[in-house]
Amino acid sequence: MSLNPFETVREVVDTSPAVADEIKTTTCYMCACRCGIKVYLRDGRIRYIEGNRDHPINKGVLCAKGSAGIMQHYSPARLSKPLLRVGERGAGEFKEIEWEDALDIAVAWLSEIRSTDPRKLALFTGRDQSQAMTGWWASQFGTPNFAAHGGFCSVNMAAGGCFTIGGSFWEFGEPDWEHTRYFMMFGVAEDHDSNPLKAGIGRLKTLGKAKFVSVNPIKTGYSAVADEWIGIRPGTDGLFAFALMHELLRAEKIDWQYLVRYTNAPWLVIQDVGAEDDGLFARDAAGNPLCYDVTQQSLASALSAEVSPALVGEYTLADGRKAVPSFQLVAERYLDPQYAPDAVAERCGIPADTIRRIAAELAHAAFSQEVVLDVEWTDWAGRKQDKMVGRPVSMHAMRGISAHSNGFHTCRALHLLQMLLGSVDVPGGFRYKAPFPKPIPSFPKPAGHTVAPNTPIAGAPLGMTTEPADLLVEADGTPKRIDKAFSWENPISAHGLMQMVIHNAWKGDPYPIDTLFMYMANMGWNSSMNVPGTLKMLTDKDPATGEYKIPRIIYSDAYYSEMIPYADLILPDTTYLERWDCISLLDRPICSAEGPADSIRQPVLKPDRDVRPFQDVLLEIGARLRLPGLTKEDGSPRYPGGYPDYMVNHERAPGIGPLAGWRGADGGKHGKGEVNPNQLQRYIENGCFWHYEMPPEHQYFKHANKGYLDYAASVGWIASPQQIVLHLYSEHLQKFRLAARGHGDVQPPNEHRQRIEAYFDPVPIWYAPFEEQAVSGEDFPLHALTQRPMHMYHSWGSQNAWLRQITAANRLFIHHATAAKHGIADDDWIWVTSHHGRVKAQVRLMDGVNPETVWTWNAIGKRKGAWNLDPKAPESTRGFLLNHIISELLPERKDGFRYANADPVTGQAAWYDLRVRIEKCAPEEAGLTTPQFDAMPKRTAKGMPRGPLRYGATFRRTPSGKTGGEHHEFIGNRTETAETVPGVAPGHGNRPKGKK
Amino acid sequence: MTSLPERQPETKLGLVIDLDICVGCHACAVNCKEWNTGGHSAPLTDYDPYGADPSGVWFNRIHSFEVAGENGDNRTVHFPKSCLHCDDAPCVTVCPTGASYKREEDGIVLVNADTCIGCKLCSWACPYGAREYDQDEGVMKKCTLCVDKIYNENLDVESRVPACVSTCPAGARHFGNLGDPSSDVSLLVAARGGYDLMPEQGCKPTNKYLPPRPRKTGPGATGAPHALTPQVADGGGAFLRWIDKVLSR
Repeated sequence: MSLNPFETVREVVDTSPAVADEIKTTTCYMCACRCGIKVYLRDGRIRYIEGNRDHPINKGVLCAKGSAGIMQHYSPARLSKPLLRVGERGAGEFKEIEWEDALDIAVAWLSEIRSTDPRKLALFTGRDQSQAMTGWWASQFGTPNFAAHGGFCSVNMAAGGCFTIGGSFWEFGEPDWEHTRYFMMFGVAEDHDSNPLKAGIGRLKTLGKAKFVSVNPIKTGYSAVADEWIGIRPGTDGLFAFALMHELLRAEKIDWQYLVRYTNAPWLVIQDVGAEDDGLFARDAAGNPLCYDVTQQSLASALSAEVSPALVGEYTLADGRKAVPSFQLVAERYLDPQYAPDAVAERCGIPADTIRRIAAELAHAAFSQEVVLDVEWTDWAGRKQDKMVGRPVSMHAMRGISAHSNGFHTCRALHLLQMLLGSVDVPGGFRYKAPFPKPIPSFPKPAGHTVAPNTPIAGAPLGMTTEPADLLVEADGTPKRIDKAFSWENPISAHGLMQMVIHNAWKGDPYPIDTLFMYMANMGWNSSMNVPGTLKMLTDKDPATGEYKIPRIIYSDAYYSEMIPYADLILPDTTYLERWDCISLLDRPICSAEGPADSIRQPVLKPDRDVRPFQDVLLEIGARLRLPGLTKEDGSPRYPGGYPDYMVNHERAPGIGPLAGWRGADGGKHGKGEVNPNQLQRYIENGCFWHYEMPPEHQYFKHANKGYLDYAASVGWIASPQQIVLHLYSEHLQKFRLAARGHGDVQPPNEHRQRIEAYFDPVPIWYAPFEEQAVSGEDFPLHALTQRPMHMYHSWGSQNAWLRQITAANRLFIHHATAAKHGIADDDWIWVTSHHGRVKAQVRLMDGVNPETVWTWNAIGKRKGAWNLDPKAPESTRGFLLNHIISELLPERKDGFRYANADPVTGQAAWYDLRVRIEKCAPEEAGLTTPQFDAMPKRTAKGMPRGPLRYGATFRRTPSGKTGGEHHEFIGNRTETAETVPGVAPGHGNRPKGKK
Repeated sequence: MTSLPERQPETKLGLVIDLDICVGCHACAVNCKEWNTGGHSAPLTDYDPYGADPSGVWFNRIHSFEVAGENGDNRTVHFPKSCLHCDDAPCVTVCPTGASYKREEDGIVLVNADTCIGCKLCSWACPYGAREYDQDEGVMKKCTLCVDKIYNENLDVESRVPACVSTCPAGARHFGNLGDPSSDVSLLVAARGGYDLMPEQGCKPTNKYLPPRPRKTGPGATGAPHALTPQVADGGGAFLRWIDKVLSR
């Protein structure tokens, strides 16, 4: 530095500092999106995490969660050693033990159960991304009591979709962003898959050709950038869809051709009230469904390509009985004046004119803006088609539909709307992501009909029930599973009911269990309804024996979450950057509409704590228990190398394993092929993912595209390459209904008959959500919803040092007008009361919300001391959960019976059915959210210091002396921008193609 | 006081931010944080990161708010804000030590931490509130436009862009030379009516914001009629019209 203090000192800026000693690719786990990432390592620490540009999911982008991965990895909430409870359950008193002791304890508990009654193990694995393995482990153990978090998340979307179009919204389908002209999003806040949705919306709006409509009671996030926001009243989306169908049918704006070619609209439904097959499809001797051929004037196989099927009319079957095309039943229902826009407008909170206009816009996009791609393809019947013609209306829906007790039927209604418009898997429409579509109902059925000591169950514990015989019930109708999944209470609960496990295990209903084994699920807090009650159940003892009603609880988690104090044995997991994982086609794949993809995680850092990846631990326990699939004939472990060993060498069927890429001895096959010992190396060389882009002629009409169907059969996604007919009318639902009417060997107990009759309608119905029906509208006049902010969506551990600076407390958001009616002002503190309880919160007023709805950000509230946060953290003093006032059970029926607070078809937790009232609290009550819980004891932790955090300071170095080169212009959505801004070259980011 | 470059830099690197598609997800803010906490102005200190008042240094912050419209409707706006690298940067001219300066070669406004005395005059002078005082280190910090990334020869070419830009999931952020009217970003600004933030302040910011596109709302916006014309009456009357339809599989 110069001696003259007044002389300006020129800074030498180092524009080319060294950044990384090594860059490793892996897969993000900050949410369920599973983007590809590049982790820059410097001096053994993480310098930077960047999206992987080559990855099919995120194409280089990375969201706030992914970018905050550094803080998640070094979090002081990380557990560091196995723990054994020493105090009372809930007190959080543990002693650290060695892994060998932890494994001995777990094996001792589990082997006793397995040799007596394997059902007494309930394995529930939360936000597990390895369900193909954990579910298989449970079946090898011999317990049917397995599920992950789908029952409280999105099973309505999965089951509703699979029962209707053989695929679903959720993460298994996507809009055709490039070609769509009308994009309608229902009940999607910040939902996964988060980066593809943001990218798609960005591209669609940059192209500027489509209209984007968001139907959502709350206008934040995506709804804020929509062309039109429809602030619907919660739980009425089904009615809205019915009114749209009413308008389309009345105007004959229906894709007739699509209906006869691709759906079961022409299939004849037997009309014989009282008969055991009333409402089922009429079939020929070979079992083919029948239609009425208008040209031949006779009955014919509906599967034939040579018929001209009728869509309406009454026809006489060979046995003299009458039958009508299923379309007629659908049309009759929605043409009914009770579903006219004027009739539903008030209940939906949408003006009738708006409903009529949206219907007109849908029809205009579908029928006046046809998209034609010059791509030749061959249809299922072998007929060459010279182009692909699509109706460019696309839809997406998620938890706003899913988390209501009418969500299954509402989801089906949206798919019906899509089919009427002819917009499923067509250019510009909704597109399946591989490996969907799958034939309805070829999905595997749940196993667990018989359970015996030391014996695996016959298959996977979860599946799709399509008829009463598939149910897991005793002869008297008693559920066989602890969560009562696949029982008459929730027959098609394809993902199980994780939200009911603690309640049922505590109550011993349908039977007591011994060990509750959970992974990555914060059931002691924001993943449970009725948190105060749940904590009581977890600590409740049998007065006769002094033993806990749930005798043993094993829990695996990487972090000191609210669930930890309630477990007896803690198996500490690694962070996502310290582990192997596989994102498998056998589980929840990361595919796109263009083709299949899967990926792996590889460890990029070694744990600095005595922790082990949960999957390794589970395989180790399985081997010690000598579970058949996990042990060789000589009794040695089948996968001694742990999870990576399993990922490569496990085969579910010959040639089909967890990873689809680089199969075959030399890695030359995909989908199906022998084990390749170098498979993981090939994944790592490719950036830790595999992706296959199907040829253009296979990318649309996948349900009826011969080339695609042949390919899908060749890689094992479908059993045979037949057309996958979409189900307007669901015969499978009718089968349950017939059982309720007294037909068949498996019938519901009398107390459930009426409910099955009511809710297993083969054509979508709408009913007010159960809580709304059960409680008084006067006492509880408002809907209460939650959503998670984008920077924390579907993530856990939002104690993240960076993310909590964005949101560390939550308010109750209320419409200005609603607040004024209650004399409530901005920043006031209020009580929010449901039929189940009350919470106290601070208010934030807004305009962009349905006036009959209040809402808050979910899972911001934390228990005092949890996650090793300071007990004065705003998360516990000014954060709150609505979970506390949501009951896991519905109010009592007349006979005292209480069903789960769930969809009657799927058992999906009905979080968004909540009804509340609000009132200003007394002045002295303001300032602290209620309820408050005892603080969790602080745990000593490795990781970040308590004081100011100066992460990254050590990366500053002596300047490199380099000044660097040219800058490169970066245009977001470059290809789409190039279409609308003359002079801008297409390409990606800062890589233009053929720049002028 | 500190001088701006004698003549305006020919190259004016800056950001173009599309308010039409920003969904307020904070990806840009957090990716900026993770790059820059180990970069030119490292660290971006976090005070009390696990305590009662978590806050810290961020070069980029997202503000979400509602704006009442003229006809009673309202709009929810997500507004990302960082240093705009102004031509007439008051944060530079107000600096008593020369620590705050504008680069001649590309117009980037930087703070030299070695000569910053933490007097905060620059943060008072900046009308945008874009400067970030690191109270732990006692120096002013701010967006560097990733000056240690955009030219960095140790990175792949594709990574040589500001962190906030390449990470944006919606593609709402663009980066380039706004001093060149034929550059891609300048063409984009011209085509979309990009504007200066608070031009009345006279700072001539380099960064530009693209306004929301006109929304396709209300009758006629897509070319569709206001309502469909019924062909059939409510109830079952439709079936007589449909019974003779000949459709092929």
